[in-house]
Amino acid sequence: MAELWARLDNVRVSYGRKVVMQNLSLDIVDGAITCIIGLSGAGKSTILRLLNGLKRPDSGRVFVKGRDISQLKERELIPIRQTIGFAFQFAALFDSLTIGENVALPLREHTKLSDHEIDERVSESLETVGLANVESRFPSELSGGMVKRAGFARAVITNPQCVLYDEPTTGLDPIITHILTNTIKKLRDRLNGTAVVVSHDLPSIYLMADFVAMLFEGAIIAYGTVDEVRQSPNPIVQQFLQGSEVGPIPI
Amino acid sequence: MSVLEDVGRDTSNLLEYAGGVANLVAESATFIGRLRIRVNETFSQAYLLGVNSWAIVLLTSLFTGMVFSLESAVQAVQYGIGNLVGGVVAFTTARELGPMLTAVVVAGRAGAAIAAEFGSMVVTEQIEALQSLGLSPIRMLVVPRLVALVVMLPLLTVFADIISVLGGMVVAQVYAHISYDSFMASVRSTLPFADLLRGLFKSLVFAIIIVAIGSYQGLNTRGGAAGVGKATTGAVVTSIILIFIFNFALSYILFRQNG
Repeated sequence: MAELWARLDNVRVSYGRKVVMQNLSLDIVDGAITCIIGLSGAGKSTILRLLNGLKRPDSGRVFVKGRDISQLKERELIPIRQTIGFAFQFAALFDSLTIGENVALPLREHTKLSDHEIDERVSESLETVGLANVESRFPSELSGGMVKRAGFARAVITNPQCVLYDEPTTGLDPIITHILTNTIKKLRDRLNGTAVVVSHDLPSIYLMADFVAMLFEGAIIAYGTVDEVRQSPNPIVQQFLQGSEVGPIPI
Repeated sequence: MSVLEDVGRDTSNLLEYAGGVANLVAESATFIGRLRIRVNETFSQAYLLGVNSWAIVLLTSLFTGMVFSLESAVQAVQYGIGNLVGGVVAFTTARELGPMLTAVVVAGRAGAAIAAEFGSMVVTEQIEALQSLGLSPIRMLVVPRLVALVVMLPLLTVFADIISVLGGMVVAQVYAHISYDSFMASVRSTLPFADLLRGLFKSLVFAIIIVAIGSYQGLNTRGGAAGVGKATTGAVVTSIILIFIFNFALSYILFRQNG
């Protein structure tokens, strides 16, 4: 049986009166790329936030490497978050910092590396995601794809055990999408770690996923390898994968 | 029943707000106590929030001192107490107008800037990005602004006090023919140095209010661009109201004994 990096156990999450997850359970396999698919607003990004403690469940438990993080204090979450990279949907780079400063920030704050060592690590991380010589530029001076890749570079600069990607290819052209998909695979291989990817981009998912989980109406309705999910007899899964207007999913 | 529900909800929201602000101040104080202060960022914020406010503070304090002198000098001379005008202007400025008006002006400028910046960072997930990197937004963002304004607001208040008295002195000379020497002699004899310090203590408290409210409103922004606007307005309005309330309370406590 595969070792788990994380487990969501009977999790309930609500925003105000809206319940987005009810008794949701999901295993994240260590060393694998797990992709989470589902309709817009289904709560996919919330799963990523549960996994690094940015969101706390109303009930249920969230285990990361066997430790229940659902009730930890903010201070206690810090060492756990240092082992998890998070690539945000719109990169969430700090506007007032250059790309180099953005990527270097976790190293400056959490390590005692010299400036020279940090600069080397930053260049190396940016090169890994296909960005070179952009250290002195500001996020506003880069294209959407470059900003996303800079966000990847920041997420992996500390060599985390797991990287969470929130819609990494949304709104990008097919070529950049392909590059980013390969980058995610490359980073997983380089870090020898786990990746959890929230995405709507089915071709990319088929290319990179070891496991796919489909979220629908607050619960996981399909889970397995790409082939297993593609062959799922569930009509909701089939309608989603085919992008059909006809089926049980209310439009 | 709905009225009771509304009152209950509003009370609960108010307590939650007060608790949130108190928590933010306490957490900031903990970081400051442990000297976990980002020095470069603090200097940068001192420049942005403090130094960049000098012009607006100069204008407001200059005209406040001038109008105060204008209203009082002519009548004072008519009643034969023109030699007290300098003291009255300095006394009122150092104890009340200087600290309070400077704080109100800075709340409008710096408090709004803090709320808008933090609100934008919430909307663009930059605050979550900080947390996901294992960094505390309070240490990274709030503490530098708090330390910067706690230092800069009293300095701006001293500046405002001086400008206000100078403005009053010029107007007293021009409209009531009160000489500069007489005006300054009155200032020196009427204003105890301790009152100046008490006024500066007020501005220190106001600095904490401005940063705490601006930060809390900004960090709790909800609902996109409209939410940022709401947070910014809320920060300015709440700060100004609290400045007025605390000004009264502090005047009562600090100046009760010596009148």
